[in-house]
Amino acid sequence: MKTTLAITPGEGWPPLSEVLEILAFRGGFNTSLVVAGTTLLGLAAGLIGVFALLRKRSLMTDALAHATLPGIGLAFLAATSLGFEGRSLPVLLAGAATSGVLGVLAIQALLRYTRLREDAAIGIVLSVFFGAGVVVLSYVQNPANVRASPAGLNHFIYGQTAALQPYDVAIMGAITLGAILATSLFLKEFALVCFNDAFAKVDGWPVSMIDLLMMALVVVVTVAGLQAVGLILVVAMLIIPPVTARLWTDRLRTLLIIAAIVGAASGYFGSVVSALLPRKPAGSVIVLTSGAIFAVSLVVAPSRGVVAGVIKRARLGLRIAGDHLLEEAHERAASSLSADTVREIARLRGWSAPIARGVCFWLSRAGFARRDSNGGIEVTERGSARGARVSRNHALWEQYLISYADVAPSHVDWSVDQVEHVLSDELIDDLERALAKRGVILPPAGTPT
Amino acid sequence: MSARPTNPTNPTRASAPDATLRDAPPTSALAERPEHSPQSPLAIHAMTVAYDRKPVLWDVDYDAPPNRLIAIVGPNGAGKSTLIKACLGLVPRASGQVEFWGEPYRTARARIGYVPQRESVDWDFPVSALDVVCMGRYRKIGWCRPVSRAHKHVALDCLERVGIRDFAKRQISQLSGGQQQRVFLARALAQEADLYFMDEPFAGVDAATERAIVGVLRDLRDAGKSVIVVHHDLQTVPEYFDDVILLNMRVVASGPVAQVFTTDNLHKTYGGRLTLLSEAAEAIARAEAGGA
Amino acid sequence: MSAFSLSLDLFPLLAAVFAAVSCAVLGNFLVLRRLSLMGDAISHSVLPGLVIAFIITGSRNPLPMFVGAALAGIGTVVLVELIKRLGRVEPGAAMGVVFSVLFALGVLLIEQVTRGVDLDADCVLHGQLESLWWPGAPDTIAGLFTAEALHDIPRQVTTLAITCTAACAFVAIFFKELRIASFDPALATTQGFHAGVMHYALMVLVAGATVASFEAVGSILVIAMLICPAATARLLTDRLSVQVLCSVLIAIVTAVTGYFGASVAPAFFGASSVSAAGMIAVTAGALVATAALFSPRHGLIARVLRRRKLARAVALDDLLANLYRAAESDTGATPAVSTATLPARSRTVIPRAARDGLISVSDGAISLTPKGELAATEIVRRHRLWESYLVERAGLATDHVHEPAERLEHVPIAPPPGPRQDPHGRSIPQEPDSLQ
Repeated sequence: MKTTLAITPGEGWPPLSEVLEILAFRGGFNTSLVVAGTTLLGLAAGLIGVFALLRKRSLMTDALAHATLPGIGLAFLAATSLGFEGRSLPVLLAGAATSGVLGVLAIQALLRYTRLREDAAIGIVLSVFFGAGVVVLSYVQNPANVRASPAGLNHFIYGQTAALQPYDVAIMGAITLGAILATSLFLKEFALVCFNDAFAKVDGWPVSMIDLLMMALVVVVTVAGLQAVGLILVVAMLIIPPVTARLWTDRLRTLLIIAAIVGAASGYFGSVVSALLPRKPAGSVIVLTSGAIFAVSLVVAPSRGVVAGVIKRARLGLRIAGDHLLEEAHERAASSLSADTVREIARLRGWSAPIARGVCFWLSRAGFARRDSNGGIEVTERGSARGARVSRNHALWEQYLISYADVAPSHVDWSVDQVEHVLSDELIDDLERALAKRGVILPPAGTPT
Repeated sequence: MSARPTNPTNPTRASAPDATLRDAPPTSALAERPEHSPQSPLAIHAMTVAYDRKPVLWDVDYDAPPNRLIAIVGPNGAGKSTLIKACLGLVPRASGQVEFWGEPYRTARARIGYVPQRESVDWDFPVSALDVVCMGRYRKIGWCRPVSRAHKHVALDCLERVGIRDFAKRQISQLSGGQQQRVFLARALAQEADLYFMDEPFAGVDAATERAIVGVLRDLRDAGKSVIVVHHDLQTVPEYFDDVILLNMRVVASGPVAQVFTTDNLHKTYGGRLTLLSEAAEAIARAEAGGA
Repeated sequence: MSAFSLSLDLFPLLAAVFAAVSCAVLGNFLVLRRLSLMGDAISHSVLPGLVIAFIITGSRNPLPMFVGAALAGIGTVVLVELIKRLGRVEPGAAMGVVFSVLFALGVLLIEQVTRGVDLDADCVLHGQLESLWWPGAPDTIAGLFTAEALHDIPRQVTTLAITCTAACAFVAIFFKELRIASFDPALATTQGFHAGVMHYALMVLVAGATVASFEAVGSILVIAMLICPAATARLLTDRLSVQVLCSVLIAIVTAVTGYFGASVAPAFFGASSVSAAGMIAVTAGALVATAALFSPRHGLIARVLRRRKLARAVALDDLLANLYRAAESDTGATPAVSTATLPARSRTVIPRAARDGLISVSDGAISLTPKGELAATEIVRRHRLWESYLVERAGLATDHVHEPAERLEHVPIAPPPGPRQDPHGRSIPQEPDSLQ
């Protein structure tokens, strides 16, 4: 067994002109064909994947993709033994689709008739069908068994984008068109079933038929993707673009559009990079491209991204801290807090000096206070009004906890801190009403406790 | 099974030899069925439901009076939600029939509205409150056609009626629990049905929402509709509802709140005397599915 | 035909068995904790870990490879968790994103570093079990136990043997902790067995088993072995300890059957052998299907049979009870009932009842024998006791109790004794013992 290693040095980047040509679909007929094919495929997969994600069937599609392998091998065997050309694409893809669907049915049967859970059922079907595929391929590939050459069957596992023919790209175009058409026609129905299938059923929609249609679209896209990215990675084209798009939007239509764009962009860049650089298998590059878009989105996406989350939490923290200062000022009946007082409060609350400065800055920016030159603050009218309200909320909540829950009064202040700043006006109304019902005397608004 | 002999000491010997062999001979399947009035929005006859062979509902008979607010109450695991789901064909019935205005569910469907339990869906779904309410119009819109402005208008009106029109454009995960429940209610209103089934609409909602829902329920009744609500709060039953079904695997009692909602009946429903019965139900399940 | 040759089959077979056992023993806890697909994800995503370890060390030395794979395995678990939390992504989708991206990275890296080096993407999937043959194998079994023979053991087999021992030892030593951590992670943590630590320890071992099995049997077999034997065992038994032992046994049977199935079975059709790893996976699947159908307790067929048997028992009880009631109302002598008047369900059990001496049949009419009368008394007693229970305690209306009681009377739970009359006013027979 060899243990030596030969890292082949990169052949260097191709000249810029070539890059531009390929990017603009002018890098020769074959290259343009491949780029067009994978772009279309990415678009269709992104679109259809949205429904698989929303129906929580992401990993079911993985099992479906793996389960296509025995079908490919058997279709080849059947075709050659009948005297046809075994490698004809429609035959192979028909076989793939058949065994993929059988795999999905096997999962459903395992779930229905045994005590196994979904994860185990998916894992069993995925590995066993793929194992069967490996067996069939190893049989077919032995010249002693089958005379016709099975060259190319292997490509369905990892995909071979370069082998795309004009005919294949035409099929992909048709599939993409079909996916767009089906999505725009049945968007309403798909959304209804994905969101609330029980309601859809009561409302009279044929839920299992709509489900079947969605599954059929997934099967078609998966099978079409086998050639381009291979059956192991095709699931990525169905999952990653929708998951990425979900980070950016809360609207279904926008979600579909973004998923389609992310899918198409990954397909496009993936095949371009693969065409430009040696030994960059298109399937992997496509998946890595979409993975990179996902990673970036996870960090920077508005509202759902990590950065947005950090900022949101920091803002809330500042607001709560600022409220504490205002409340303090209100309770001391003071219109300003000196630098020493601010430091003292900061020490009690456990804020570091930069946080204390940040809080003062936030208060002045929000117009609740003015900062004086030596680090103290002067509370504005708005600020003192807010201080009064926070203080009252605090008292209300304390009263509520004392009257209703069996919370020891010594713990009350501790839980109040988290709550008093986020109480909605509606909830405060309810609180007041509940307390009044109990005969608790409420602190009048605007007076210190 | 109301046609069983009433004179217990001397079981009648009917002429059919088969029937003589039973303790309580049913004379014939047809004669046995109680006459449900055609106006009755919901008639359940001898319905039994089993999950995985374990009986959850036994031999339920119920005839809903029209134009009422009806509460289904009972302890946890009493089969309250199951009763609704079985009526709507969401869980298979082991036996029995359900009729709406004398028709089977299939033909009466257009007149039935449904509010599922709030936890039954993923509230992170990428739709707005308005989108969800529009789903109640889909049946009227039909296949493939987009939601027209007129339908959106209806949906907005429904949101208005539950008091959250201002939140129409909000994504549903950004709504509070009470607001989410109101969205579901608005969707049911958008269905413009004559009979509504609501599964725990008051569960985990704030007081404002509770008031809003009660208001809507009363409006529905005043408009001549019937509403059947799975309810968990016994205290509010007399205040909110006209009729009540006390359920614990079977109908313990049903009828107007004033007559049926008695301490004695509640004791029968919640009293914990059914341990042996549920134990027996479990044993049946074990015998029929596994064990024994 | 010589089915087994030391030279060709010994090492591949050992490798397959060791790989199968190490995966199966760990897989039990994946299946129980509904983490089967985590095993799937890990076995896909250790690939870049392997390749990077290979790039850094420049060798296929097992230790760095193992470290690389284990890190990739833990990385997968951590990444899935992170994406789930940070992006509010559904667990399945999060797993799909992580493993497909990592696998793609692995494939890309392989293409970069290995031209002509035997770390290729195909062998990652289905392994090279067959390449482990032993050129210098001794001719006899005795020849195995020599120093030279030990020296000849291929690295993969040694690694797998060590992994297998480690996995079995881990499960044996921490069985109690694994059980509680799988059943109730929170409780485990409060009891001092940190569930998170157990979780990661399990994941490291899964990654280890994956990487050790990789070159010999391929990743697809790893997934099959992680899930299938444990799932089969789960269909056969309800006890965790028995399940683990069963899964090991099943794994061994699967590996051996699959291995020989790959070389022997095709020969019957005049074909040459097929992929052993693939065949083992198929065998594993066949065993799951067999267990799903034939498991004595949870199998489909057993359930159908049990239901049918119960229906027959119920029909028999009903027949006897009906005869009893006929006798009850016909004061005096035991009447004979014409079989033609019986419902079809009851008629089917007449031969059995006659065989058991419970009834006597003459001229198309049947009547209870003394033995049958005893049995019938008991059934009717139970039925009526249940009826009065339902009326008095469960608050059912008198006209609603017959059908529930019909079902309850066959249940092996004694109805609460006491009343002497049923709600319809009929007398309830006393226990047969007290009758005599």
